[in-house]
Amino acid sequence: MGKTKMTIIASKGSLDMAYPPLILATTAAAMDVDVTIFFTFYGLDIIKKGNADKLKISPIGNPAMPMPVPIPTLVGSLPGMEALATAMMKSMFNKHGVASIGQLLDLAKESGVKLIACQMTMDVMGVKQSDIVDGVEFGGAATWLDQASDAQINLFI
Amino acid sequence: MSADIKFDQILDAKGLACPLPILKTKKAVESLSKDQVLKVETTDPGSKNDMASWAKRTGNEILKVEEGSGTFTFFIKKKG
Repeated sequence: MGKTKMTIIASKGSLDMAYPPLILATTAAAMDVDVTIFFTFYGLDIIKKGNADKLKISPIGNPAMPMPVPIPTLVGSLPGMEALATAMMKSMFNKHGVASIGQLLDLAKESGVKLIACQMTMDVMGVKQSDIVDGVEFGGAATWLDQASDAQINLFI
Repeated sequence: MSADIKFDQILDAKGLACPLPILKTKKAVESLSKDQVLKVETTDPGSKNDMASWAKRTGNEILKVEEGSGTFTFFIKKKG
């Protein structure tokens, strides 16, 4: 039996949505799976230098967001609410022994997870290759499709 | 009961949440020689199933699982 292969497209750049790709990638690597993550659109924020632990979460448009008291949407849009929600979520993660996004990204690199940044979305959003953390390759749809064609697990997050 | 099982290394993964117990277990097992045994302690209730799946996929053997009050103890033998 050949090595299992997995690819993940990480397209979101909020604190909560940065977790699933990195949790699955690091765990898969620990299970001897060959993993590639393709970062595109807002997912690029996860791999911008010094940005992994600065991702935020917005209380707006997410009725499931746990808040100490129910926050009306209008109040959620006030200045400072995003920072409050982010700080609250980070402290919840921390309290429950969950690794930070930066830690998971380091663990992913350490365990040989292949990281690819989408060059097209970088160009559109004005992200330079030098803005991206070391150890990342650059490519486009064909690069992902090449990897995905050999993979048993392909996820879009 | 656990006195029956000899282990070569112990990993304290208590208080850690998914996926850290698995990542740390993988690292610890890598540092062992084949057939050596790692004892892992966790508090993550998901780790019971996670550890079984990880072992199944990587070929390492879980010799024994003990459940205490809120803790899980695994004895894992590195594959030969």
